[in-house]
Amino acid sequence: MTLRELPSGKVEVGARDFPTNRGGLCQKGWTSAELLDHPDRLRTPLINGEPATWDEAYALIVSKIVDIQSSHGRDAVAVFGGGGLTNEKCYQLGKFARAALRTRNIDYNGRFCMSSAAAAGNRSFGIDRGLPFPMADISTADTLLVVGANVAETMPPFARYLTEQRQDGGVQIVVDPRATATARAGTLHLQPTPGTDLALALGLLHIVIAEGLVDQSYVDARTTGWDQVRASASAYWPARVEQITGVPVSDLEFTARSLARGRSIILTARGAEQHSKGVDTVTAFINLALALGLPGRPGSGYGCLTGQGNGQGGREHGQKSDQLPGYRKIDDPVAREHMAAIWGMDSGDIPGAGVSAYELLDTLGTSTKALLVFGSNPVVSAPNAGHVTQRLKSLDLLVVCDFVLSETAAIADVVLPVTQWAEEDGTMTNLEGRVLRRRALRRPPPGIGTDLAVIAELASRLGSGVRFDSEPHTVFEELRRATAGGVADYAGVTWERVDAEDGVFWPCPAVDRAGTPRLFESTFPTASGRANFVAVEHRPVAEEISIEFPLYLTTGRVLAQYQSGAQTRRILPGKVFVELHPDLGFAEGEMVRVISRRGSMDAPVRLSPTIRQDTIFAPFHYPGAGRANSLTVDALDPISRMPEFKVCAVRVERV
Amino acid sequence: MRIVVVGYGMAGARLADELSLSEHEVTVLGAEPHPAYNRILLSSVLAGKYQSGDVALLTRGAKARTGVAVTNIDPVLRTVSTVDEVFPYDHLVLATGSQALVPPLPGLDAAFTFRTLDDCSRIVSAASGAASAIVLGGGLLGLEAARGLALRGLRVEVVHAVGHLMERQLDPGASRVLERTLDGLGITVHLSAAAVSASVRPESVEDAASLTLSDGRVLTADLLVVACGVRPETTLAREAGLTVDRGIVVDDRLRTSDPHISAIGDCAQFGATVGGLVAPAWEQARVLARRLDGDDAAVYLAPEPITRLKADGIDLAAMGSLDSADEELSFTDPARGTYARLVIRDGKLTGAVLLGDNPSVGQVIQLFDRRAAVPSDRRALLLGRAFGGEPAKVDSPALMPDAATVCQCNTVTKGQLVRCWRDGARSLDGVIAGTRATTGCGSCKDAVSGIVDWLVAA
Repeated sequence: MTLRELPSGKVEVGARDFPTNRGGLCQKGWTSAELLDHPDRLRTPLINGEPATWDEAYALIVSKIVDIQSSHGRDAVAVFGGGGLTNEKCYQLGKFARAALRTRNIDYNGRFCMSSAAAAGNRSFGIDRGLPFPMADISTADTLLVVGANVAETMPPFARYLTEQRQDGGVQIVVDPRATATARAGTLHLQPTPGTDLALALGLLHIVIAEGLVDQSYVDARTTGWDQVRASASAYWPARVEQITGVPVSDLEFTARSLARGRSIILTARGAEQHSKGVDTVTAFINLALALGLPGRPGSGYGCLTGQGNGQGGREHGQKSDQLPGYRKIDDPVAREHMAAIWGMDSGDIPGAGVSAYELLDTLGTSTKALLVFGSNPVVSAPNAGHVTQRLKSLDLLVVCDFVLSETAAIADVVLPVTQWAEEDGTMTNLEGRVLRRRALRRPPPGIGTDLAVIAELASRLGSGVRFDSEPHTVFEELRRATAGGVADYAGVTWERVDAEDGVFWPCPAVDRAGTPRLFESTFPTASGRANFVAVEHRPVAEEISIEFPLYLTTGRVLAQYQSGAQTRRILPGKVFVELHPDLGFAEGEMVRVISRRGSMDAPVRLSPTIRQDTIFAPFHYPGAGRANSLTVDALDPISRMPEFKVCAVRVERV
Repeated sequence: MRIVVVGYGMAGARLADELSLSEHEVTVLGAEPHPAYNRILLSSVLAGKYQSGDVALLTRGAKARTGVAVTNIDPVLRTVSTVDEVFPYDHLVLATGSQALVPPLPGLDAAFTFRTLDDCSRIVSAASGAASAIVLGGGLLGLEAARGLALRGLRVEVVHAVGHLMERQLDPGASRVLERTLDGLGITVHLSAAAVSASVRPESVEDAASLTLSDGRVLTADLLVVACGVRPETTLAREAGLTVDRGIVVDDRLRTSDPHISAIGDCAQFGATVGGLVAPAWEQARVLARRLDGDDAAVYLAPEPITRLKADGIDLAAMGSLDSADEELSFTDPARGTYARLVIRDGKLTGAVLLGDNPSVGQVIQLFDRRAAVPSDRRALLLGRAFGGEPAKVDSPALMPDAATVCQCNTVTKGQLVRCWRDGARSLDGVIAGTRATTGCGSCKDAVSGIVDWLVAA
């Protein structure tokens, strides 16, 4: 988008014909400028809810951190980041944890978002980039399989590619337990029981094998592990998968045959990934794509959709508990030496891997005494949120950087007011791996800091010997050196190139080298250069429905709101609702209480004749009594540590 | 604990796989020369869609021996023996499966049976030079064999003693529709046709087999396959003194009359039911694995059997009983081979037959399997869940209410588009710029342009 500051001081949003959104914006974009001068904007630091000076706030934070670390050890202070932060902030936050706080405990809300697809991508392809091809390829696919994504509401400009793909006569198959706007628009809607996408993928692979649709020369030349995967698919014959998923065999067959014809793309999103078997589910779809010979073939492939503004860049530069910048692993001695040299510290002083986001939140108040939150609102967005809120309240020190008083900021000891998107420079990386610029339009109102300045000031007051810049461009130059030679290599990306080339695709190892819009054309970045088939098995959801809790709850987003709603609810308050089937016996608009083993939420009913009778849906944007995450279960994927947001067992009662 | 599993079929292999993460030392002894394979896929092997090597089942971590026929169980010493080996056990699991049932008719023992992978290979090699086949038996197994042979291009005649096909699962109405469907696939059905004798000349191909019926007719074809069902393999259990009825009798913990011996799969009899389908066998394997892992609460709740035949022109699902209904739904379209009959009692499905293109089949199977309440709008049971879910399509903008949202992404109503036009925007681009309609996902572009065309014409 483009922005213009009017003489009145108001900012006007305009559409820009950029290669990704091609002039499209949804109402979240059109109305985003309303946040800049919103009356709820924080304009001063708060200590225990009362206005304070920056100096008082910094002094309190630093003295508490020093006390806590001296009596409980360095790891007792933790950092929680966000996937909406710029690359520069993500990088600096990881560096701040490792080099200034020297705590192993840092993780971020992307763990709740991208971690399953990331782990599966790394395991199968040796790399985690959402789309290994430019977005525009999607509109040219003959067949598109969209699993667990409702882009018509979550990313409308992206949905233009889906619209075009259909208008060009493409087959579009959408997998979702709900008849969402995206599902209704497609050629075919597969409506599985929540938590059974893994069986669905195995069933599709079974049919591909049974009908001789495997691209055997591709499998032979470009992959490993096929024999095990082929054998594992044998147990998922169509009738069995039909019984597990509820998807008719004829629809499974249509899907498998369509994917085997011409250019095909398989996309997954949170619906498939936010499960305690999310990694294996994504892996099963990757196995399907590999058996059909899609990845690396022009116009074809597998990709995953990001959920946050910087969902891709946010997971590359060291916010993850086990990761160093450039998608390096923190337990890799070479990576540690590389980063120690750039940061000017001893590699032995870089801490090891910490625990994942939910596990970290679960330790608050026990082994973790202080938490610094940047760009996240876990009171609303974490699973089992009632428990998480109790943990947050039990901290000795909770610091939140935000530009509005989010529900998490509201319970913080110290709140630091920071800049918004239109007031800061930096870069974001989109789901194609395209590095994009964010440009400051105007100076922030007086009294407001930047995340980078907060980090630099805290590091300095903590007596860190490591230098922390607060200018985004300088930080980006350091990020380039830090990522050089890593999987996500930004060494050749400069702000000037990003401006001149409408973004640069990583990996881009040198300034005189082009970026990489398409991966996997001749090789995969694995040790063998081949993609890895990994055999997986379907398994049940963590919490099955029972007589006491007879319905599946699934959660998601609606068009007008973004994530925890801290920003968008201030523009359009919206109203929480619970979507359910008329046969459950409730009336439209009737207030009901949804109850799980962990908590409850109250909301009015929205009837849907197309949702499964055994499934209800609630948006997760709302706090308080309407908080859907009071209900969700904290079962974690064994590999990605992704919580099972997308399914838990509940009952519904009249209030 | 040393666990010995006798039988390396679908039940035994599944048990071994379920136990792969346990501490137990698991030894599986299979009589067939192959590793465990997926019996469900044999009809696809027969049809030539699968090679015999492609149907192996994955068993992680078990010690499996193939071509090892157990000859004796000693429940006192707790050993099983083969001709030349003895295997001691702490717990023994019998998963010996079943054998093809061949009616005692003169000459029939020379016909092909259709039960094992080797049976399948024998039929495939005989079928390669053949043009016609007779299948004796019009149940699920017989129809699967017939379909496989028909796909190989053989003319097939199915001979069935009862008055309609698959009489345990179907009603006569469904059978009539199925007969038409089979006819279209090159399969002729003879009903109420009792065979009295057979003659097979293994040395020749053409008209090598003949079957004489009780009414005197003699059918001839190049090969004859017997598919009259199976009987549980209980010889070892009987000799070991275990309680055996039609199958090896087990309780809801899958225990036989000997506490150190369990039985699962086709060979086991739970209540009055003996096996034959995979779903109950795998559920038994899961429950037994949990029990052997020390979970005493693991209990086998027999799932209601569901019969499903889906491939190459046949789409059939049958479950439960079609008798005694509170309520019945049915639909027949013989020309298109579609038939549906659903039986409802106390608001739940107690039986159903769906044949042909029934979009509700997945939903019906889940509702039956989970004993869940059926939708109050019963049409969904015949037409599928998405029934009624199509977005409303408005033919003329004139009939569209002003409050109707045209652009979902930017919440633009028809009324706003009209107002924008009246305020002076006199082109599609002008209306788009003024309202932001179409600038999200773009799918409303046709609708917006239709409204603008209507305004231009007005």
